[in-house]
Amino acid sequence: MTMNAHVSRRRATARLAATAAAAGTAVLVLTACGSGSSGSAAGSSTAGSSAADQGGPLTIYSGRNETLVGPLLADLEESVGTEVAVRYASSSELAAQLLEEGEQTEADLFFSQDAGALGALAEAGLLTGLPEDAVSTVAAAYRDADNRWVATSARARVLAYDPDQVSTPPDSVDALLEPAYAGKVAYAPTNASFHAFVTALRIDRGDEAAKTWLERFAANRPQAYESNVLVLDAVDSGRAAIGLINHYYWHQKVAEVGADQVSARLHYLPAGDPGALVNVAGAGVIAGSEQEQAAVAAVRFLLGTRAQQYFADETAEYPIISGVRTTKHDLQPLEQVQGFEVDLGRLDSLDKTLVMLDEVGIT
Amino acid sequence: MRSRQRRGGGERASPTAPTAWLALATLAAAVALLPIAYLFVRALERGPGVVLDVVWRERTVALLLRSLALGGAVTAVCLVLGIGLAYLTIRTDLPGRRAWTVIAVLPLAVPSYVASYVWVSFAPGLPSFAGAVLVLSACSYPYVFLPVAAALRRADSSTQDVARSLGDGPWRAFARVTLRQVRHAAGAGGLLVMLYVLSDFGAVAIWRFDAFTRVIHASYRSSFDRTPAAVLGLLLVLLTIAITLAETRTRGRGEPARVGSGAAAPAAPVPLGAWRVPACLAAAGVAVVSLGVPAAGLLYWLARGSSAGTDVDVLAAAVATTLSVAVAGGIVTLALALPVGWLAARHHGRAAVRFIEHATYAGHALPGVVVALSLVFLGVRYAQPLYQRTPMLVLAYVVLFLPLAVGAVRASVAQSSVRLEEVARSLGRPPRRVMREVTLPLAAPGVAAGALLVVLAAMKELPATLLLHPTGMDTLATRLWTFTDAGAHAAAAPYAAGLVLLAAVPALLLGGALPAARGARAPARAGRAAVTEQEAMAP
Repeated sequence: MTMNAHVSRRRATARLAATAAAAGTAVLVLTACGSGSSGSAAGSSTAGSSAADQGGPLTIYSGRNETLVGPLLADLEESVGTEVAVRYASSSELAAQLLEEGEQTEADLFFSQDAGALGALAEAGLLTGLPEDAVSTVAAAYRDADNRWVATSARARVLAYDPDQVSTPPDSVDALLEPAYAGKVAYAPTNASFHAFVTALRIDRGDEAAKTWLERFAANRPQAYESNVLVLDAVDSGRAAIGLINHYYWHQKVAEVGADQVSARLHYLPAGDPGALVNVAGAGVIAGSEQEQAAVAAVRFLLGTRAQQYFADETAEYPIISGVRTTKHDLQPLEQVQGFEVDLGRLDSLDKTLVMLDEVGIT
Repeated sequence: MRSRQRRGGGERASPTAPTAWLALATLAAAVALLPIAYLFVRALERGPGVVLDVVWRERTVALLLRSLALGGAVTAVCLVLGIGLAYLTIRTDLPGRRAWTVIAVLPLAVPSYVASYVWVSFAPGLPSFAGAVLVLSACSYPYVFLPVAAALRRADSSTQDVARSLGDGPWRAFARVTLRQVRHAAGAGGLLVMLYVLSDFGAVAIWRFDAFTRVIHASYRSSFDRTPAAVLGLLLVLLTIAITLAETRTRGRGEPARVGSGAAAPAAPVPLGAWRVPACLAAAGVAVVSLGVPAAGLLYWLARGSSAGTDVDVLAAAVATTLSVAVAGGIVTLALALPVGWLAARHHGRAAVRFIEHATYAGHALPGVVVALSLVFLGVRYAQPLYQRTPMLVLAYVVLFLPLAVGAVRASVAQSSVRLEEVARSLGRPPRRVMREVTLPLAAPGVAAGALLVVLAAMKELPATLLLHPTGMDTLATRLWTFTDAGAHAAAAPYAAGLVLLAAVPALLLGGALPAARGARAPARAGRAAVTEQEAMAP
């Protein structure tokens, strides 16, 4: 008995040691393989680059999803002629990371999903002014006053609706306050684009009226979701009649599962309605970047016709320069969507919006 | 022979803690405290006024209560499920006990964000609190089940028989004897569940339950203001310290190790009788909620959608990366947890040791993004060459998951009686050999289990991995995030399935280790046998 116990214990220990040794070896081997394949993330091939003499690749922190912009950034690498390394995460986390890294950052370019994150970095002095001639094709409303960031594409706020429940979609956000839509409107209260909508509402109608609108909206028992994707899912499955989203989520979903699998439809509110706000994605060059030239070249590429056509066709967004039209999607022209100006990067305005949402209890 | 010191009144005799182990344990505590140093810097940078503003906000108090309510509810459910299933599978004649043992551990392989996503699509009408409790309980009850099942296996079931023979009914015997036997194990598991719930972001975000982590994330996301997030983080640390201290109280006194002479009687399973069917249904119900529904959701998405053309090379690379960084995290975490856990088990009377042990838990309830940002802050300033390289990522796993390993080491060392070490020493073994030949072999299964828990947690980790991974290197979790963030659920499904299957390996090892212990009998006994035999063979 004792003999057996002793032997089995020994064996167990030996087995443990062997497992640990094997695991350790595996780690070393795999880590070695892993580090070998890292580096150029944008494309499989590294463009014949002059990066070596300039010290390091052009590092892009991208808050835009890899499935959306990965192919574009591979083109960018080829076009700029510098090796490109991309790190993907959400825009807000990357902004926080850049704020923590400060001057020590290896990032050269920040490619953001929304203007708020760019505004925060500009305010912290982390972005450098872009040359006027690089951004002159973009309307003043879609770039920072000091050119520290520039929009690269635009998206419209729209209503997604379930045609089985809604025969004629409303022509104003005010319709969402009616009893007919009680408990039937889906939205994403923590999403940056919803915050931008509330800011637009405040600018359009003043703080008093905006607050009243939000209170009535909250009282109409809307369904809150964590993301635009989930809002669209809710409308598509009939759980909600109407959803507040950005237009391209619908196009993404159609691309993902096929048009016949998506029952939800899109409705553009008329220009001038705060519900028809235009949001942007954009980019800014990090101050003190060792690759500033390449980073500016990257911004020029993103504002060039090739990239703009990519946004129009592949991500179903609005091009930010004139003269480029989508060949694939049914998009209302940008000029018809928005009727007023919102300074998208202004944080003090965003702060007021957040305080108001907190007071109304929409979080 | 070395002279022994007696410390602290009734405490068991033990040699002085070796300086090398104390130094290593101190290092481990220092590593674990890194995020807290960062939080102090950030919280105080705009003056104490801002700190007070955030603390005294009405919303902060509400947050505290809501987070505690969520943590308390999930911990309570996990204690009931964990202890209940452990008792059913170890002590009763439940049909298919071994299979149930393994099934009860498997939910550890399901990330809370995957389970939440599936559940929120499956039952969207569920209130946010109920949904979060459901998913978090389903994902984390194995943290209670594992230590309790191990303790039940080890504990002498004859005491329960004695209680029965003295006239206690089966329920009373269970409450008076069995529950006491598993008290330590259940407390340690419950602590891990509580802290895990406080730190979890995926579930509370998807269920939209306003807990600390969600508000911390919202603070980064909406206002890009790091001060309120840091203040809330520090509050979370204080809460953690209070909870850990409370848990320590419940440990109480008494030796958890078996040292009695004689063979442990093979437990005669308690007959369930008429309860057989309800017990089976209960176990099956837990399995359906924790495994069946997430699995069905994944299969649904795998079968659907046009974007599912998965690049097998990318998937394979992500599997290899996930495995390597998680295993590296497990090994390094274990190395730092060993001295802490050993000291905590053998020298828990010393204030310094108690401080070190609590320090390793202090940051465990912090959300991953806070730990990640603290390592960004420190790494970029003081360890630039390692920044966004694999070692820094591994360090993040150490900081995040150290308590998982410390708890396992402490429990397994505590369960092997110190008297066995005394015997070895009295027979002339120097301390180092005692450690190598008695202590470590006795604790080995528990220690290995601790490392496996860390590997499991590291595989599923997302926020810190996103910010700290080497550029161009993806894990299954980061790939999964890439696709779900873009709404490409069908494309995400293979990575989710890959992650669950990969994480099932350490989970199965953990579950499989339990039946193995049955054959080898209680570790303390087997270890004692080993010592006595060695001594007997020595001239």
